[in-house]
Amino acid sequence: MKGPRVQTPPPRPSPVKGEGEGKGSLNRPPPPLRGREGWGVSRRFSAALWRFVPLLVLALAWEAAPRLGLVSPAALPPLSAVLRAWSGLLLGGDLVSNGASSLVNLVSGLAAAIVVGTAIGVLMAWYASVETIVNPLIRCLYPLPKSALIPVLILWFGIGAASKIAAIFIGCLLPVTISAYNGARGVDETLVWSALASGASRARVLWDIVLPAALPEILAGTRTALGLSFILLVSSEFLIGHTGLGYLISFLGEGGVYDAMFAGVLTVAAFGFLADRLYLAAMRRLLVWRQ
Amino acid sequence: MTTPGIVFDQVSHLYQPARGKTVLALDRVSLDVRDGEFLALLGPSGCGKSTLLYLLGGFLPIASGGITVGDKAVTRPGPDRGIVFQNFALYPWKTVRGNLLYGLEKQGLARAERERRAQEFIDLVHLRGFEESYPSQLSGGMKQRVAIARTLALDPAILLMDEPFGALDAQTRGLMHEELLAILQRRPKTVVFVTHDVREAVYLADRVAVMTARPGRIKAIVDTSALRGDPEILKTAEFAEMVDDLWRLVRDEALIAQGTRSEA
Repeated sequence: MKGPRVQTPPPRPSPVKGEGEGKGSLNRPPPPLRGREGWGVSRRFSAALWRFVPLLVLALAWEAAPRLGLVSPAALPPLSAVLRAWSGLLLGGDLVSNGASSLVNLVSGLAAAIVVGTAIGVLMAWYASVETIVNPLIRCLYPLPKSALIPVLILWFGIGAASKIAAIFIGCLLPVTISAYNGARGVDETLVWSALASGASRARVLWDIVLPAALPEILAGTRTALGLSFILLVSSEFLIGHTGLGYLISFLGEGGVYDAMFAGVLTVAAFGFLADRLYLAAMRRLLVWRQ
Repeated sequence: MTTPGIVFDQVSHLYQPARGKTVLALDRVSLDVRDGEFLALLGPSGCGKSTLLYLLGGFLPIASGGITVGDKAVTRPGPDRGIVFQNFALYPWKTVRGNLLYGLEKQGLARAERERRAQEFIDLVHLRGFEESYPSQLSGGMKQRVAIARTLALDPAILLMDEPFGALDAQTRGLMHEELLAILQRRPKTVVFVTHDVREAVYLADRVAVMTARPGRIKAIVDTSALRGDPEILKTAEFAEMVDDLWRLVRDEALIAQGTRSEA
């Protein structure tokens, strides 16, 4: 005769709703809790504030150095003058029109690089024949500084947006391709086998399993590409055409309007910083399952 | 009813490492698995028992010999052979429910039926309440229950298990043994179960096939069906004796595998 089987009791998910419940309850003494919480919040707040201290010191030094005659105001206009020039550029519409042009080119080139780079990288990892063909090309292209190609692109695509987008595309392609390739190659084969055993076709598995499994690496490579895209954007705008923040900076520089030129540089820096922050937030959202 | 038994006929497998010489991993393995049987493949690490399972799964190409499942030659993976891996192999970006739904979707089931089946098997492994959890939020034992549910939900005739409890602690493993046997009682399957744990093999299996060190061959097949599935049996002298006998068979091979080279 067989004995009774031991059944594991069904485990229950731990209650997560604790925070809201406790708040209004009378039988819990609030003062120590609130006190500790308040202290924690203010500490976090002051920690965040401290991060701005170096920036504030830098800003003050920037303002003071030319005013005290430590550097020539021609070489470094005081920050207040730069900010004034910035509001002038903004109100005059130069910042908006050139910023919009830069943004469109940046997004176009980067988006194309992400799509094409991911496709090439994943296909290389999945099909040995693709790797045989593509790998030598990547090895040749990898050490080449992509900004050196800008004159070639002008020759091919002229002095319009196409050349700038192409420069950004080429510059961002390899980091995405290589990270997609590494990510796809690193996919646990038992995941692939599990999907195949559940009836998925090999092509389906590439899309359903390999791509999402490689996503963390692809996103990391894309972040590198995002940084490169700004470099290529500005350097291509220095050389090509009459629009964009890079053009604005070089135009103002050549015209000797240095406070406005610095305003342009600050704008690009702020754009780059914001783009990276936004990207990190999006990445965290896409990878919630990793926690 | 016809028997979709499994027949390994003179199966050999060559392993080509990234560097170095080709290794003969399996040497003309012949083995029959009966319909509805629980067969354990027992052997030292590196003996090719997992490889044999992967060949049956259709995940690796068969170099020579052949494997048939109910007269049909194995050439590729298929939903008639579900597999559970030691590392669980859950899709980490999908929730528990998503993990179960994926295969059901590939089977072309209607949406309502997919949802119903997913819930049925989540309940079967006692994971109600965790449907929307991601694998990274679960314990090892829970992950393996999800993996088992995911595979069983597709209702494969054959269940392949590759050291499924090897990554779990001893207590969880014991509970999982009970749970697996309880599930199989409700949903009978032919099971091929790879392990290097002698007690686990004797306790779970109808028959235990002991493999030699590399190149893997079948050294002995032992009927252990009398000692199956009752926790009380674990305490009997017969169980201890059987474990001891099998352990001695495996131990010789483990020593060879460890490189004492007493083979030659």
